Amino acid sequence: MAEVRLVELAHARSGDKGDTANVGLIVYEEMDYPLILKMVTPNRVKKHFKDMVKGPVERFRLDNLHAVNFLLHGALDGGGTVSLMTDAQGKVFSTALLRMKIEVPDEVAERVRGRGRHPGAGAGDSL
Amino acid sequence: MAAGQGFWGDDLEAPIRQVNGGRIDYLMLDYLAEVTMSIMRKQMSRDPRAGYARDFVPLMERVFPACVERGIRVVTNAGGVNPLECARAVADAGRRAGAGGRARIGVVTGDDLMERLDELLAAGHSLDHMETGRPLAEVRDRVRSANVYLGARPIVAALARRATVVVTGRSTDTALAYGPLAWEFGWARDAWDPLASGVVAGHVAECGAQASGGNCSAEWWSIPDLAAVGFPIIEANPDGSFVVTKHPGSGGMVNLRTVKEQILYELGDPSSYITPDVVADFTTIRLSEEGRDRVGVHGVRGRPPTPFLKVSVACSAGYRAVGTLVYAWPDAAAKARAAARILRERLDRLGLTYERVLVELVGWDATHGHLVGEPPPDLPEVQLRVGVRGRDRASVERFTREVAPLVLTGPPSVTGFAGGRPRVQEIVAYWPALIDRRAVEPGVAVEVVEV
Repeated sequence: MAEVRLVELAHARSGDKGDTANVGLIVYEEMDYPLILKMVTPNRVKKHFKDMVKGPVERFRLDNLHAVNFLLHGALDGGGTVSLMTDAQGKVFSTALLRMKIEVPDEVAERVRGRGRHPGAGAGDSL
Repeated sequence: MAAGQGFWGDDLEAPIRQVNGGRIDYLMLDYLAEVTMSIMRKQMSRDPRAGYARDFVPLMERVFPACVERGIRVVTNAGGVNPLECARAVADAGRRAGAGGRARIGVVTGDDLMERLDELLAAGHSLDHMETGRPLAEVRDRVRSANVYLGARPIVAALARRATVVVTGRSTDTALAYGPLAWEFGWARDAWDPLASGVVAGHVAECGAQASGGNCSAEWWSIPDLAAVGFPIIEANPDGSFVVTKHPGSGGMVNLRTVKEQILYELGDPSSYITPDVVADFTTIRLSEEGRDRVGVHGVRGRPPTPFLKVSVACSAGYRAVGTLVYAWPDAAAKARAAARILRERLDRLGLTYERVLVELVGWDATHGHLVGEPPPDLPEVQLRVGVRGRDRASVERFTREVAPLVLTGPPSVTGFAGGRPRVQEIVAYWPALIDRRAVEPGVAVEVVEV
């Protein structure tokens, strides 16, 4: 087994609805969808974000798009104009989720290594 | 159908490119976000002829000739809280553009519940907050605007009355797309599947270039020519199925990745995308790649709508201010944090309290929080960003005077204060609620203004 970041397996977009941020996570390749379903559970996502998400995390499947939609409740400091956060509209919770690391079989790690990052980004992945 | 604006403030040239870049029948322009209505209401209180998306008027002056010569019809929620005044201004623009006597503007009214609010509350419509469950009566004196989201029916009625331009107030974003489709294809009120497909078309198109390569996280560097990005075009069929594309030669791209990202944008439960006209099931969407910059959408299923309409209430909720300073190497983050501690201590000594004080280090943890760990001592620079909010305006005002002094009285190598003192802003909070549609629908009307 090896560790990869979600950014190598999937792309994502996020936005807001009141104090809830949503993150849509979409696999690059259909074959990786079961892996995402198994590894990126609401519990794992809640643990990943810790106190960045005050309320529960919900997950909805869109098998038709090989995607899952997460609702992160209580993530936006009240949301909208109430929120003092730089990211009051939850626009970059997408890449915050893509930071998450999951365990995958070696052959998957080999296949996806380096994907999702600008070719000029180099090998630096210390953060 | 071409999408020309994703929000109030979007690329002003995009609608022009949509009109000139190829054949279209409809141009849809979405201007409204959750709190836009309260901003517009504030503008109208200062000037009774304001309160709508003013950008729409000069835009129409430019596209009116194409509308009357090529039969392009424009559907927009630019009317804000003053759709009639917006329509009059657009009619004037039409006459200036030489469309006098050749066009009509359909105006949808009845979404504005502000004047009826007490009557509705007295009749038992408590307008409880959809997330907290609290009744609106608790904050009645702080309500700044209240608008119900209207659907496709009044848009269809306006098009039936031969409107070249349809101006609404608070209609749903998606209705700007499926309204014209329902009119064009004669969909019945219970044509659930075609209507649901139209909702998906609207959802894909409503944020403009977000469906055609803008803000796309999938290999963003490979998306060509975003400087001249083509906004989405919907080629719709009578059964509701459609193709998402863009004008030939325009920048950006339309593929499964860009369309999927937009489908998931601001989505709740995908099996229940609720609109005033239909509940669409996004788990039934089937996508197919149909050549370069063409994605087919079909198979969408819908079911009847709920007995409720959504109301967007805006209420005043105190004041806020955000101040920033920039700290440079060495120990940039440590200095910024020390400055934040000093600032908080001074606020405490002044006896000032706030509902919330938020400290962020822009350039380190402002967006990804604890996920990035502790900052390295060699971080070249960081922006300290401190925000406060509270009910008492004077306390927030005093905070704005406590930031700049840190330059001479706090940690060293600090700059970036040239913007001056932070501004105190009134917080207008969004209060979503539901209302029995029977209390609202009889008040919805369509008027026609001749150009």
